[in-house]
Amino acid sequence: MDYRPEVIERLSAAFTEGPGTFLKDSPGLFNRYRESAFKDFLRLGIPDRTNEAYRYTNLEKFLNYKYQEYFFPQPADFREAEKFHCEVEDLDVWNMVLLNGFFPHGDEGLVMLPGGIWLGSMRAAVKQFPSLVEKHYNRYVTDGTDGLVPLNTALASDGLFIYAPKNTAYTKPIQIVNLLHSDRDIFVQDRNLVVVEEGAQLSLLSCDHAISPQRFLTNTITEIYVGPNAHFDIIRVQNQHNNSGKITHTFIHQERDSFASSSNISLHGGLIRNATWHYLGGENAETHSYGLFLADKEQHIANFVKVDHAAPNCNSTQLFKGVLDDNASGAFNGRIMVHKDAQKTNAYQSNNNILLSETARMDSKPQLEIYADDVKCSHGATVGQLDENALFYLRSRGIDVREARLMLMFAFAHEVVKNITIEALRDRIDELVNKRLRGELSRCASCAIQCN
Amino acid sequence: METEFLIQIKDLKASIDDKEIIKGLSLEVKPGEIHAIMGPNGSGKSTLANVLTGRDIATVTHGTVTFEGRNLLDMSPEERAREGIFLSFQYPIEIPGVSMVNFMKTAINEQRKHRGLEPLSASDFLRHMREKKELVEIDSALTNRSVNEGFSGGEKKKNEIFQMAMLEPRLSILDETDSGLDIDALRIVANGVNKIRRPDTSVIVITHYQRLLDYITPDYVHVMYDGRIVRSAGPELALELEERGYDWIRKETDVAEESWTTGRK
Repeated sequence: MDYRPEVIERLSAAFTEGPGTFLKDSPGLFNRYRESAFKDFLRLGIPDRTNEAYRYTNLEKFLNYKYQEYFFPQPADFREAEKFHCEVEDLDVWNMVLLNGFFPHGDEGLVMLPGGIWLGSMRAAVKQFPSLVEKHYNRYVTDGTDGLVPLNTALASDGLFIYAPKNTAYTKPIQIVNLLHSDRDIFVQDRNLVVVEEGAQLSLLSCDHAISPQRFLTNTITEIYVGPNAHFDIIRVQNQHNNSGKITHTFIHQERDSFASSSNISLHGGLIRNATWHYLGGENAETHSYGLFLADKEQHIANFVKVDHAAPNCNSTQLFKGVLDDNASGAFNGRIMVHKDAQKTNAYQSNNNILLSETARMDSKPQLEIYADDVKCSHGATVGQLDENALFYLRSRGIDVREARLMLMFAFAHEVVKNITIEALRDRIDELVNKRLRGELSRCASCAIQCN
Repeated sequence: METEFLIQIKDLKASIDDKEIIKGLSLEVKPGEIHAIMGPNGSGKSTLANVLTGRDIATVTHGTVTFEGRNLLDMSPEERAREGIFLSFQYPIEIPGVSMVNFMKTAINEQRKHRGLEPLSASDFLRHMREKKELVEIDSALTNRSVNEGFSGGEKKKNEIFQMAMLEPRLSILDETDSGLDIDALRIVANGVNKIRRPDTSVIVITHYQRLLDYITPDYVHVMYDGRIVRSAGPELALELEERGYDWIRKETDVAEESWTTGRK
């Protein structure tokens, strides 16, 4: 039986009861889009397998559930978030914590970091930079088929705002810790906006943790504007628990001569689906989409990528790798679209997966649409087991078969991790991946980075 | 019980996919000896190397192999390596993402653990590595890379000998180590093997050609043909093979086979 009508009814009730809670406190700009967004959601519905982008991903387990809360966290939850302390060693970052999609001090103004970069809550941003936010908010959302996108626009009340004005740079990465903590089961909708203006530079590390065992579902939109000649990196480390679902929609809009990279490192989560959209809107832009996922038990991890080459002379790469064990399943859907005028495009895509068990499953689907005639595009996908020859080679030197397998898996994963530009972070992620492969992370379901 | 042989192979038979490749082979190697196994393509030389190192593509159907008095065939590949057996691969494998340093450190420490020793400290390990690098004249640019990744054919073979130097095996099996090497690389590789040798270590050199044996002088030369050792003699046999090729061996063996079969009738 189709579970969706009932869920849509519940969400409709939440939306109409909303004015008493979120509409009152949330930014006016957000409110302006809500009605029409909710209509779009009702029209598109909850995506199922008939939507090509969700063909191998079933959302039912996490959507078909009576969440107790859709909006503000309780004050007690905030006190818990205050206690959070990131214990990543040697990680020189500027750190900020979001709880269930909200800033603990969201009503306070934005913070200015050394170098002139602004950071804070969307609620504060709307007050402090109204015309800037208006110029960018909801402008880069290009997905017209996924109902969860307008659902976020209809329900989101807060999120992260980062603004790097023209020619500014902050030397350290900015770390955002997205905490999920509550004594109730919650469905979180957070809405983030990052504006990197001409010539500016920004690196963002986003860590997802669920620190209480409740059922969580997060539906996140992050819109990113990368101006001419600007440089932007985002690294996501997703380490939640099997009772937690995470759906992200990231829209990266790039102007001429800009650089952007996105890395999704998915270590743990009952359901993770990352949709990453790269729009190359100006000449000589470069964009990279990386992903690594490690899944076991009943987990499902999906990556959807679309790279839109709308201007000539742009380069793009997609590199996604997965290791799947037990009954885990994964999906990769990578699209490259080269518009008519986008001559001299270089677009590369690769997806490699290792299945460690008979029952693990991986679906990989490349899609190329090319309307220009002078382009270089390549794609390749593999699903296989560990290389027996390599395994024997390691064993023939005295290395235990279990250790040899781990070395090969780690090496496989490192091919993605090595692209991370921040060295301290790269080493730390290598370490996390290593721990995850050795099964040392799973017992620490609450939070990896905090684990002792 | 102490045995005079390092390795003793008795009437070994092995098959790949139900096809018998080794058809009753016996060989005894004492500590300190160098044995060369020569023979035409397809005679089962590489299968023998596989069987001795525990590669499961071949199934042993008959016979015994004892290494220092213990049943070798019962051991996993890694146990054999820790006991002191080393194979220099004919086609070394590239393993992107596994660094040479991590590879060698793990291998050495697994071996030490097996012998009840503490892991090497980082500085001791690096010293050990430096010494062996010089010994086999391998470039640091190679040992700083992933295992064999992007190495030329010669570099890969040199890297095998480097690993052999690092692990200090009791028995080294060189499987066609000379193939694909130019004369300079051949000399370096052979010198490396000679420098690594100790009075109690043994080497089995599997090769087609005499040229490697100009540098590594064998005590015994065996000719393998159709899954058996059909002739054994001193180093002069290698020279004779170089001169006359393998055809006469083939003929003699086939004739012997023939008369044996006819005789039985």
